[in-house]
Amino acid sequence: MKKLKKLPLSDLIFGLISFSAAFTILTLIFSTIVVLYNESSLAIHKFGLLNFIFTVDWNPVREVFGAAASLYGTLVTTILALFIAIPVSIGIAIFLTEISPHILRTPIGIAIEMLAAIPSIIYGMWGLFTLAPIMAEHIEPALQKIFGNVPIINKLFEGTPIGVDLLTASIILSIMITPFIASISRDSFNLTPDIVKESAYALGATKWEVIKDIVIPYSKLGVYGGIVLALGRALGETMAVAFVLGNKHQITPSLLDAAATITVTLANEFTEADSDIYLSSLFYLALILFLMSFTILAIAKFFLLKAEKHYRR
Amino acid sequence: MNIKTKRKIKGSIALVFSTVAAFMGLFWLVFIIFDVLRHGITALNLDLFLEDPAPPGIPEGGLRNAFIGQLLITSVATIIGVPLGVLGGTFIAEYARGTRFAQLISILSDIMVSVPSIVVGTFIYAVMVKPFGHFSGWAGSAALAFIMIPVVLRTTEDMLKLVPWTLREAAFALGASYFRVIKDIVYRAAATGILTGIILAIARVAGETAPLLFTSFNNSYFTLNMNEPIASLTVTIFNYAMGPYEDWHEKAWAAAFIITVVILIVTIVTRSIIHWRYKI
Repeated sequence: MKKLKKLPLSDLIFGLISFSAAFTILTLIFSTIVVLYNESSLAIHKFGLLNFIFTVDWNPVREVFGAAASLYGTLVTTILALFIAIPVSIGIAIFLTEISPHILRTPIGIAIEMLAAIPSIIYGMWGLFTLAPIMAEHIEPALQKIFGNVPIINKLFEGTPIGVDLLTASIILSIMITPFIASISRDSFNLTPDIVKESAYALGATKWEVIKDIVIPYSKLGVYGGIVLALGRALGETMAVAFVLGNKHQITPSLLDAAATITVTLANEFTEADSDIYLSSLFYLALILFLMSFTILAIAKFFLLKAEKHYRR
Repeated sequence: MNIKTKRKIKGSIALVFSTVAAFMGLFWLVFIIFDVLRHGITALNLDLFLEDPAPPGIPEGGLRNAFIGQLLITSVATIIGVPLGVLGGTFIAEYARGTRFAQLISILSDIMVSVPSIVVGTFIYAVMVKPFGHFSGWAGSAALAFIMIPVVLRTTEDMLKLVPWTLREAAFALGASYFRVIKDIVYRAAATGILTGIILAIARVAGETAPLLFTSFNNSYFTLNMNEPIASLTVTIFNYAMGPYEDWHEKAWAAAFIITVVILIVTIVTRSIIHWRYKI
């Protein structure tokens, strides 16, 4: 307190104003949780947590709501998107740090980061008008032909290929998250000290062995951080998947079937909810999504902070 | 095959795969941008900016209401979000530098930057739409400002931290108060960085759709009244692209073209400014 008294008036006033501005972050997070919880209390009361999560039914007419189908869609699209995006982005990062000629590094790096700047609605629209027809006419029939007679796997590709389905949505999501993973991995790879790499080369290691055994282990914390960050982003992505998922509340093994994610359900049904319990259930979905992505993003941040400490040593 | 050639072959395969991956990333970018340009340019015309939408199915009219609406919503969001973000960033980079509070705010902001934007829409719906009983432009601006604050706060913090501490000490030694030092020394030194950060943040929220879906909603008429539902380019793209008319699809492509081109140009220019100014 003594220190405060010594401060000039201008500092006291400006300090107080800027403090309240910084404090709004806490206020916003806190009030988001409180408001969403409050709005969903009707649904929480009626359905409970586990019952809500494991009920597949989403029936506005009978007023029975369950999150299972939306959660399933969210998880499948996110996991599939990561499955496609991780190898590609790490490949991009390796190319940019170890293979590409110096003169190409910056332009290609910027071009890949441009992918991250394109608004998600553009991805969604492009997916609907360009990618979905290509998927329906060429890629999905081909997949059916290849895997049609393989037991178990053929279940993944059953149904009429119409392009508006889990697979198309996952591919669009994977394109969207690739730049996040790629640029964080590239930055982490770049932090590997040259002297460590040179020592490995001196022992006769090939370029790939240096990457696999020196660069990737050295920067794995940063790469994990990037992947988890992309996971958090993919979970909450709305517009890129809203166009090509069909918003159908069902759980099917086939990737060629329409589905719903939490975000798509919210985007399509929020303004149409005509009963209190319907709206409340939608708020419940929003609350679950918020807590889920908040936790995952916090984990990502934990990895990235740890990585930062690791490199500073 | 001896072990030496095996290692070499393994290495080449991995390197070829990485190169292919990089070009696949580029391929998508070129594919998407080319597609948006191709469809967008043919749909562009002057009426798009000067006319309001015609009744559904009639291939006339434009998107004047959406352009103006987008401008209004984004400007109000900027007016609310930027001061809060810059001031908050200033507090944690200057007065609270190195404290646990600063660390907490910084980490939470980083998380908030990536939180699903549609959740922000539901939150604003609950506090600004439901109580008043109608959608409004104000609610849309509030949702965008919500997203903007953490983005601006973090860039401000980063940019202020790039200003050397010795610069501040020199001013302190002359007897300046901390407020004076921030206002006259630190802000000036970091001005380019903060400004470009703000522009990037505006570009980021200008492309947001999800938080506007149930806050500012949509309006097929021209309005300047922020108390009514207001059309925005992004929500219009969503509605038009999902709609049944060929003409709507064309207008959606045109709007997508304009948003993409503006955002990409702004991003490239501001990034090169940061690159040139800070050599990073």
